[in-house]
Amino acid sequence: MIEWVVEEVFAKYNYWISIVLMLTGFYAMIAKGNLMKKIIGLNIFQTAIILFFISLGDVYIGGWGGGVTEPIVKGVLPWGSGHVVEEGVVYANPLPHVLMLTAIVVGAATTAVALALVIRIYQEYGTIEEDEVIEKEQGV
Amino acid sequence: MIVPLDLIALFFLVVIAIAAITVRDLLAAIVLLSAYSFVIATVWVEMHAVDVGFTEAAVGAGATTAFMIATLARTKREEKR
Repeated sequence: MIEWVVEEVFAKYNYWISIVLMLTGFYAMIAKGNLMKKIIGLNIFQTAIILFFISLGDVYIGGWGGGVTEPIVKGVLPWGSGHVVEEGVVYANPLPHVLMLTAIVVGAATTAVALALVIRIYQEYGTIEEDEVIEKEQGV
Repeated sequence: MIVPLDLIALFFLVVIAIAAITVRDLLAAIVLLSAYSFVIATVWVEMHAVDVGFTEAAVGAGATTAFMIATLARTKREEKR
């Protein structure tokens, strides 16, 4: 039982912290009435998912720095003139990095569109509180 | 990853996230979100994802914060209740 807790909870703490951040952002999106707070929650939710994927790509062998290095080829590429990539070097998996790089840029664009909608809602209703917007909508 | 640095940075991350959604002043919330982006950029560099790290520092901590402050200049600063 204790071994199970150590292996599944403490050794994989990155995933648990990612879930905590995810639920923090989700709470802000659901429970907060202010539209800016909802967008801040959206950003936190998004970074939590990116943290999950980057954690999937990382490797830990042991020691300071985890025994692995950045996925950057040092020296000449294997199809270059006669040199070989260093033997025995472990890289973090670069595939999740590339996917999450795209996700960050798309997330910034999504945030910009959401902020434009907030400005439009403020021009129309004079408030950015969700319940006041609904009140005015029903009053009209 | 570098485990002690990772643990400290992730702890700060959770604290800053909760502070950012709790604080009443929206400008303070936006600045806290910018700090959050910067800490998570540090986490990514330390997890050997350097490309993601500097993209987050430029786009997340820079551009998104500028957009949000520009929005706040056109709307209200205080949150109700």
